[in-house]
Amino acid sequence: MPTFVYMTRCDGCGECVDICPSDIMHIDKTLRRAYNIEPSMCWECYSCVKACPHHAIDVRGYADFAPLGHSVRVIRDEEKGTIAWRIKFRNGKKDMELLAPITTKPWGSATPKLADEPAPSKEMRDSELLFNEPKYIRMDEGGLHTLESNGLEIKKGVQY
Amino acid sequence: MFTSNPFAELSASIPTVVMQGYIVLMVLLVIGGTILDMMHKKSAQYFFENAKKAKKSAKRPVGAGEKASIAASVLVNEVLTSGEFNNPRRRLSHLLTMWGTIIFVVTTAIMIFGYPTPATPTPALLPQLWHIGALMLAVGGYWFWLFIRVDVSAEGLPWFRFERADLFILSLLATSTFALIWSFTGGGLTIFFALFILASTVLFGGVYFSKFAHMFFKPAAAYQKKITRADGSRENLPPDYDLTDPEVQRKFPDIPMYMGKNPPNMGLCIKAERPNHY
Repeated sequence: MPTFVYMTRCDGCGECVDICPSDIMHIDKTLRRAYNIEPSMCWECYSCVKACPHHAIDVRGYADFAPLGHSVRVIRDEEKGTIAWRIKFRNGKKDMELLAPITTKPWGSATPKLADEPAPSKEMRDSELLFNEPKYIRMDEGGLHTLESNGLEIKKGVQY
Repeated sequence: MFTSNPFAELSASIPTVVMQGYIVLMVLLVIGGTILDMMHKKSAQYFFENAKKAKKSAKRPVGAGEKASIAASVLVNEVLTSGEFNNPRRRLSHLLTMWGTIIFVVTTAIMIFGYPTPATPTPALLPQLWHIGALMLAVGGYWFWLFIRVDVSAEGLPWFRFERADLFILSLLATSTFALIWSFTGGGLTIFFALFILASTVLFGGVYFSKFAHMFFKPAAAYQKKITRADGSRENLPPDYDLTDPEVQRKFPDIPMYMGKNPPNMGLCIKAERPNHY
């Protein structure tokens, strides 16, 4: 679902140019607005769509995802820590909304403070385990965690 | 220097009627260029078709009074104070260049039409405003050109690389720079006057080729955007959910399950830093 830009919404701020991991969002040489220079190389990562402060970037969904003429729009709200989607079909009747958390803790609060950590010993350097393993993969408490061991169960059907 | 009308002194070399005719010609070029630009880009057609489409998905009607208050808020927020810019540096630079241009152009027209010769003494305020306008334009414009412009700030290109889209800002910069140099070097028929006129002719004559016409379609787009917020169509964007609302929590149970009933402010994340990571 490659992206495209609404020229009247874009103010040429360059946030999408900065964030695009594929380096295909650039500024038009005549109109000074952003555009996707190579839609076939778009990874569909939505970084630009979410980063655009004016919601000027939209995506063309594939026909197997939603019929042509539809709209797939998204708002990522960093301060609320949520992402909201709205998918509207071209007849205007099928209008779906989704809201999901993208973080459960304030941004950056769960990042390990490496400066405060002691330097790894030679034994740790030679080990195949990565930083904070096995603590972070939780193998140190007696085997892999399962839904059952955590008192959880899979619910039937798609969860909206 | 700051208090004398440079155009009154110039009237000894160039007839007043020629100077006034030049101003009229520039106004006509701006009008003609804008109309051609609208016809070429079909911006007016796009605007009305988009408005019609948004009206179809409106959730409630917007009355004439509300439309007038939206138009007033667009005038105050988007037009007069460049409120649409998300980046405060771009907003400040735009304010300096926009108001600098307006002050510079309006005082030029007043001085040429109202006080064309030394026989009609010019109030000291007008030349002062003319110089202040040109300085504001130069400060805001060079700041934009060297540091803020997206080519420099996000694309990582050197400041001296330019292309056709830069015709507008470069002709603005050249107009203000040569006008100031012309005035500081004593006015009269000099090479700086010729460069000043050349730059302003390119600025006003190049409307069709530059982004000059954005001053007309940007307010229209801002108005339409606010209308879609008011009528609930929101350009098909999802609603602005209140996470503490029990109805929202019932509809999206992931929110209370993972974030609690009263989620905290998570902070700015990527908005906390300027987008220059190239």
